[in-house]
Order: sequence, then structure tokens, then C-alpha cells
Amino acid sequence: MAPLNSLETGEVGVVQALDGGRGFISRAAALGFTPGIEVAMVQNFRRGPLIVVVRDTHVALGRGEARKIQVGKLVDW
Amino acid sequence: MEQQKTITVALAGQPNTGKSTVFNVLTGLKQHVGNWPGKTVEQKTGSATYDGSTYRLVDLPGTYSLTANSPEELIARDFIIQEQPDVVVVVTDAAMLERNLYLVTELLPLSTPVIIALNMMDVAKQEGRPVDPRALEQATGIRVVPMVAAKNRGVKELLAVVHDFVHDGVEYAPDKPEVREDHRALLDDVQAQIAGSVPAPYPEDWVALKLLEGDKVVTEMMKENLDPARWAKVEGLLREYDDAQLAVAGGRYEWIERATRAAIERPKAGAITRTRRFDRIATHPVWGVFTMLGILIAAIVAAMAIGMPISMGIMNGISSLGSIVAPLLANAPAWISGLVIDGIIYGVGAVLAILAFLVIYFALFGLLEDIGYMARVAYVMDRAMRKIGLHGKSFLPLLMGFTCNIPAVMGTRVIETERARLKAVLLTPLVPCMAQTMMLTFFAPLFFGPGGATLVMVSLILGALAVMGLSGILLDRVVLPGERIGFIMELPLYHRPNFRTVGTYVWQRARQFLTRAGTVILAVAVGIWALSYLPNGDVETSILAAIGHALTPLGNLMGLNWRMLVALFTSFVSKEAALATMAVLLGAADTEAGLAIALQAAITPAAALGFLVTQMLFVPCLGTLGVIVEESRSWKWALAILAYLFVIAFALGILVYQVARLVM
Repeated sequence: MAPLNSLETGEVGVVQALDGGRGFISRAAALGFTPGIEVAMVQNFRRGPLIVVVRDTHVALGRGEARKIQVGKLVDW
Repeated sequence: MEQQKTITVALAGQPNTGKSTVFNVLTGLKQHVGNWPGKTVEQKTGSATYDGSTYRLVDLPGTYSLTANSPEELIARDFIIQEQPDVVVVVTDAAMLERNLYLVTELLPLSTPVIIALNMMDVAKQEGRPVDPRALEQATGIRVVPMVAAKNRGVKELLAVVHDFVHDGVEYAPDKPEVREDHRALLDDVQAQIAGSVPAPYPEDWVALKLLEGDKVVTEMMKENLDPARWAKVEGLLREYDDAQLAVAGGRYEWIERATRAAIERPKAGAITRTRRFDRIATHPVWGVFTMLGILIAAIVAAMAIGMPISMGIMNGISSLGSIVAPLLANAPAWISGLVIDGIIYGVGAVLAILAFLVIYFALFGLLEDIGYMARVAYVMDRAMRKIGLHGKSFLPLLMGFTCNIPAVMGTRVIETERARLKAVLLTPLVPCMAQTMMLTFFAPLFFGPGGATLVMVSLILGALAVMGLSGILLDRVVLPGERIGFIMELPLYHRPNFRTVGTYVWQRARQFLTRAGTVILAVAVGIWALSYLPNGDVETSILAAIGHALTPLGNLMGLNWRMLVALFTSFVSKEAALATMAVLLGAADTEAGLAIALQAAITPAAALGFLVTQMLFVPCLGTLGVIVEESRSWKWALAILAYLFVIAFALGILVYQVARLVM
């Protein structure tokens, strides 16, 4: 298990867990981040915010926020 | 009987689903834009008729969910629970259906029947993800109306469906979402504990679900309504499960999975969409910034190129009008002609000239927002904005502030949350507008020579921005601290602009400006005229001059005589007015050169520097004040900003003058 910001561009992960306050979890869940769902990394330049695709939606996240989402890389399955 | 009753339809939907387009098509121009009572969140209501019945449409704020975490969500859910509309129509983007349905799952446990408007069917097809509305209807038991609101297709059918639904008493028994399996026992237990103690009109099962989610408002409410023993039991039950929030969300997505299984065709994996192609550049950390600057500057230049001539034209027209009216009033007492020409006509002219500008601004920026580009601007600028306590979406109003603060403050409406919007409204006036920069370009060379002038100009502009940045941090930490959800936002797909949507938006903004901010501007313009006229029609002995004289001690601290001070104060009316006032007060000949000479004689370079600093940071002009009052829904904030800037402008001006005096 690793934080979302460790996924490289083009890699796909599966959400395992969400850390964070109630507000963050509600917003993340409403945008589609729930355990078991696939997340594809579209843009990760090591610095600055990232862009992922989750449930057919492009979502931009700050690195701090991405760190709160734990994923398992698909290849590990 | 049924034909007479007005049917209330609430319009809900996540952001970027075309909800406003649907609302605009349904109501045409029969809509009223205001604010939700006591809040700074915009409220739109309108009416439509169908087959003899009148429908009252209420546009709820666009929200991803119905938690207690933002005023927008609370407004939306309170409206449905308390006002109990006849129907709630949830607008969804067919290309984003899986996620959009999340809001539907939040609404289903409430007692108001739900109808789904499946919008943007064309985009879904283009993206290779067509949706079958009948399959969706079958799987959920909810009426689904496909449409392409931007092309006015399917919207009438929506009204027909609502009409039938309300009048024919069709059976409504939708499949409701359940909580994830591993938490079902918990939900049942909690619901058993609260049974009978839930205040009307809240549905019991909804309340139980919200308790599992840890909803602040519902938790408080039940704590008050349950006797302590039972509440302790509920708390005990909830404490055992730390994953309840995600279990509830998970259950909702399970419902969504069931609903969409047969309705959505899976796309070809790895298909590069049109959106992604453009975003490769638009969201690139480096190229994205250049693209953004390019596009925004082009938009601003276009706005200026079209807007300035029109504005000038209006001002010239106003002068001509003044000349025509003057002889007509030749026989009236001097104060009437003064009031009419210098007060009212000037005031109205100023409002119209500003309006011309605003219309063009809103059209251009409304267009960029409609195609989805503004989300990319917010994305690219977010990190920089957070450093001063704002976020990405606030960048655009700030940028606009460089040309004119008025549309910039009005532009803060696009910011989603109330707190962030208020912060942006308060900080935008600190951006030096074009009139202020022009004052700078006129003044600086007079006192500092060409090289020195450039240095002074650049430092003053950067200085003003630094003050804005620091004020932002101050505002964020001290005045308006609050929970921040952090940077997580949707990047909507690009789509073709809808000119009807943009047109309606421009019309609404223009109307708002005229009725609210416009009247403030006119009233104060007349007021200032009065102060400069009374008591005997000579500005040198007017009340305004008296005020200037009274402030001489302040002026001395800055090396400015009372005339310069008064000129500074008239920059409150409009930044442009300051130059004109100076010319009048200094008795300068009616030319730029004349004014230049008079100025150089009147003050020292050190004083000029102090004057410029104060002028750059000085209170917002009338027009900006008017829109601040409008956008922050209170005079309190406008007056606070006035006071803050007044103090800062003079404090720094005095400081700079005193230091410069020693150095120069």
C-alpha cells in the first residue's frame, strides 16, 4: 500500500483507504474515491498538484491531499 | 383544482452538469436572482408554465453531496427538508453519470420524489459512452428524461414528465441505496435507538444515515432531542465503527453500480479524449502557466480594445448632454444646474460607462468559464494562491483587478465556497487598477526622471501586491480562519460554448450591477458633488474643502497641502477623478503640461512619493465599493475594508515620505 502521489503517470491503482478529516473524506468520496475503486494517474510531475481519473472523472488534487489516499498498485494484485 | 396550484420544483445537480442551462431554458428571462436569506450564496428562482399549471422553479446551489460541511450543501438540503418541494429534478451529465448519481443517492432517502434529467447526451455519445435512459429508469425506478439542454432538446419533455408525475399520481417506489453490508446491523441499531425522537420534518432513516456519517448538524440535533441515556447508547454504537463514513459512501456507489450496469456502455480503454489532448498543455506545470497568461491577457486586451472606445464614447456623450442641458437650466438656481449636470448626469454617465466595460468582460470570461477552461486556470494557479490564503479560482478576479476592480469583484461569484468568496472580495480591491497605474505614469516622470520613474513605478506596483499578499495571509490566519477542505477539484470536460447560457449570465450580471451597485454609485456621486458645492457653490470654501483643511495635520505629516489631500479623497469617487480635481484645485491651466508645472511647484519629490504610495493603496473607488457591498451582502465588510485601506494607505504614505525626506 502506498500514497496516491507515488503512482507514476500512466499507472493504475486501487484505493485501499482514506486518511483525513471528515470534510476531506466526504468530498473525496463524493468525487468517487472509495475503497476498491480504480484510480489512473494522468499527470504526476513530482511537484505541484496531480491529475487522476477516477470513475470516469478527471480530478485534480494537491500532493498533501493525494498523500491521504492509500492505493495498491494494480500490478501487485 | 390542481390547475390552480403552483407546483414547486427544486433543481439540483453537481457542478458542471448544465444545471443553469436547464434552468435558463425552463424559465427564459422569467427569473429572479438574489441571495438565500442571510447568506452570501446566490439564489435563483423562476417560473414556467405547462398545460395550464404554473411551476415555481428553485435553483439549488450546485453541490457534490449533501453533507454539513459547506453553506451551499446545507442550503440545498434544508430547502428540500423544510420547504418540501413537490419534486426535485437532479440534472446529470450523461458522460459523468456514475459520479453525478452520487447526489441522487443523497436525495433518495429524503421524502421528496426525484426525477433525473439526463443532460449532455450528445457529449456522452461523442466521448464514446452513450447512456440508455430506459435501462437507467428500469434499474432505479426513477423517471429519467434525456436531454441536450444546450440545444434546447428534451427540456420541454422534462416539464411534461414533471406535470404527469405531479398530476397523475404515478407510483413512485425507487430502489433506495443501502449502507454497505458490514454496517447494516449498526444502522438498524442506531435507527432503533432514535425512533420516535426525530423532530419533524426530518425522515428517521435519513437521520440515522447521517449519524453514521458523523454529520455535525444532525449529530447536534439528535443530541438535543434524545434523552442522555439513549444518546450515550448511540454514541457507543458509533464509536465501535471508525469506517462508517466510507461504508455509507460505499453503499451509495453500490447502488450506482446497480443503476448503471445496464445503462452505460463501457468505453474503449485508453481512448484519448479531446479534453485530455488540450489539457496536456493547459495543465502542464510550465506550459500551462504560459497558455493561461496568453489566453487571459488576450481576453483582457480584447475587452479593453472593445470596451474603452465605448466607455469613452459614453463619457463624451455625457459631456455633450451636459452642454445641451446647461443652457436649458440657465435660469434655474445655480445649485439645481450643478446638481443635475455635475451630480446626476455625471453619476449616471459613470455608471453606464462602467457598465459597457462590464458587459464585455462578463461575455469574454463567461465564455471561458462555459467551455470549461477556467477550471484549468484554477488548477495552474492554486499553489501560488494558497500561499496568500486564497485558492486557484480566486486568481482570475485578482488578475482582472489590474484593469478595473469593479468587474473583478463581481467576478468572485464563480468561487464555490462562501468563505473563499468573501476573502477574494476583500482582497481584490488591493490590486492596483489601471486608473491608479495611469496616475502613476503621469506623476512619476515629473519628479523622478525617466530612469527613476520606472523604478518607482515597478516598486510601487510590486509593493501594492506585497501588501495584498500580506493582507491575504492576515485575513486567512486572523480574521477568517476556517476549515479548509484542501485542494481537490473536478476538471470538467471541455465542451462547446452555449451562447444562450453566456448571454443570460451577462444579462443577469448587468442587471444586478445597475440596480444595486449602480444606485450606490449614483447616490455617492451626488453626495460628493453636494459636499464640494455647499454651502456657497465655490469649491474653495465648500464642506469638502473644510474637511481638507481639518485634515491639515495629516497633510503635514505627508508634506501635502489641503488641495492635494482633497484630490486624494476625490479618488474615492473615481480614480480618474483625482487628476481632474487636482487640476481644478491647483488652478492649473487646462492642459496636461499646465498641471505638470503646477504639481511640481506644489510638492517636493519626497511628498510625491508619499502621495503615490497612499494613492496606490487608497480606498476602493465608488464603483468597487458598490460591488463590494453587493457581493459581501453587508456594509460591514465594505466599511471594514475602507477603514483598513485608509489606515494602511496613510500609514505607509507617511512612513515613505518621512524616510524619503531624509534621503532625498
